[in-house]
Amino acid sequence: MKITFNGQLTDSAADNLQSLVIAMGAKEPFAVALNGQFIPRSQCQTTLLSDGDSVELLSPIQGG
Amino acid sequence: MQDKPLTIYGQAFENRLLIGSALYPSPMVMQQAISESGAGIVTVSLRRQSSVAAGEDFWQLIRNTGLTVLPNTAGCNSTKEAVTLAHMCREVFATDWIKLELIGDEYNLQPDPIALLEATEILLQEGFKVLPYCTDDLVLCQRLAALGCEVLMPWGSPIGTGKGLLNPYNLKTIRERLPELTLIVDAGLGLPSHACQALELGYDGVLLNSAIAGAGCPVTMAGAFNHAVQAGRHAYVAQAMPQKEVAAPSTPTMGMPFWHQN
Repeated sequence: MKITFNGQLTDSAADNLQSLVIAMGAKEPFAVALNGQFIPRSQCQTTLLSDGDSVELLSPIQGG
Repeated sequence: MQDKPLTIYGQAFENRLLIGSALYPSPMVMQQAISESGAGIVTVSLRRQSSVAAGEDFWQLIRNTGLTVLPNTAGCNSTKEAVTLAHMCREVFATDWIKLELIGDEYNLQPDPIALLEATEILLQEGFKVLPYCTDDLVLCQRLAALGCEVLMPWGSPIGTGKGLLNPYNLKTIRERLPELTLIVDAGLGLPSHACQALELGYDGVLLNSAIAGAGCPVTMAGAFNHAVQAGRHAYVAQAMPQKEVAAPSTPTMGMPFWHQN
């Protein structure tokens, strides 16, 4: 299915959020949002993906 | 006047400087500057993984400082974005502190007061300890306080300008009208004297980044800000002399020889 991952359109066979972030090579630490909604890490496994979903994977950076 | 420590949602800090972790010429300079500043709190953020040099290495550097971490919602333009980013920050940084930054105008990066109130209310209800970055508007600050904020962070001037305190009257009025709140001037400082002025006004602390990171020698400038913040606080506690319109000699005139003989 087509997933927009961190702003990039991609094809993915992952059917849940946990599988997707693993497939995309996510490195700790990170947090995930699906269609603009925060998804706790504990719920990623049970959060199913649909065609057209948008996923954001964020990690720490410098901030002011 | 008896001094009291900088207190943020019940947590006391000896140093009154909060420092940003961005814009330094290198990670090593960042570490040294943070250390030299004496700050007890360092600000961080979240961005897309792999979009910038960040992630685990950066996070490890910050953890090594041993400082309290204050995540921000920099770059957010809507209540929904800010609330979502706050949730993500809470999970990654394992803190319910959030520097709530909600930009209303891209030209001067002015906080959006309406969205800020909305997001603050939501996040406070969810148990966050919100530190809103706001304008120096008294009524807005009163509204934020009424929602339950124990800390407010009005700007000195727009982010990254280094112009210092553009409206000391407004900042002083906020201090006088909200005496129980912890007030921190956030953004716009360029010189240690700006930080000193904020503390002299009775502000409990300052949050800055560009003024140190953008200096020719960030480490030396960090030390200068450290001293300035201490000087400003001491001056506030000491209570400045009242200003006068007419000159008054400090050396006694009594006993002055040749007194008005010419």
